[in-house]
Amino acid sequence: MKYAIMINEGPYNHQASDTAYNFCKAALDKGHEIIRVFFYHDGVNNATRLGVPPQDDRNITEKWVALGKEHDLDLSVCVAAAQRRGLLDEGEAQRWGKDVNNIAEVFHITGLGQLVEACIQADRLVEFGD
Amino acid sequence: MAILHTVNKSPYEKASLESCVQRSDAGAAILLIEDGVYAALAGGAKADLVKAALADRKVFVLEPDLKARGLADQALIEGVESVDFDGFVDLTTQYDQVNAWL
Repeated sequence: MKYAIMINEGPYNHQASDTAYNFCKAALDKGHEIIRVFFYHDGVNNATRLGVPPQDDRNITEKWVALGKEHDLDLSVCVAAAQRRGLLDEGEAQRWGKDVNNIAEVFHITGLGQLVEACIQADRLVEFGD
Repeated sequence: MAILHTVNKSPYEKASLESCVQRSDAGAAILLIEDGVYAALAGGAKADLVKAALADRKVFVLEPDLKARGLADQALIEGVESVDFDGFVDLTTQYDQVNAWL
């Protein structure tokens, strides 16, 4: 089955990103396909590569990056939500005259059209948030 | 068309479970996840919500979230079924649509 996943909550708020990660892992292990994970609203904060959680805590961004690499996942970050919250890739940082970009590898900046497209292509949309 | 509803907040914190029980149809399923698992405990002040749903819907609870809260040994409301993440995925395939009460 084809899944589109939507995450509306940042890491370390409550549990949405962890639940979504565990769901994706279980679905992939069962042979299902995740066609896109769409990070929206505060969910875009999952994509920062500058987070430094304590060593005895999980690094949620790194977990997503590793899962993304292993399964060639499309980790999409909403551009408008990202700009508001200071999540910039190289191109966006240059465009807005910022001195740094902070998007972790594998994640990439897209728009709401990609969410709509994923909903059309997927058999199920599963949403995680606050 | 049968819908799988997910509820992730405690009924003692938010009214999302109450809204879900009021508005979901017979034949639907409700999966309690994250802080939503508190609603599955027998003897809870809001246990009637889940009991009302069980009359014509299935109610599931995500066991890892019970464990994470130290509730794995607590008695659940009769009829509530435990699932792990594999079971969560299976539920999304068994129902036509997934609706998160956020």
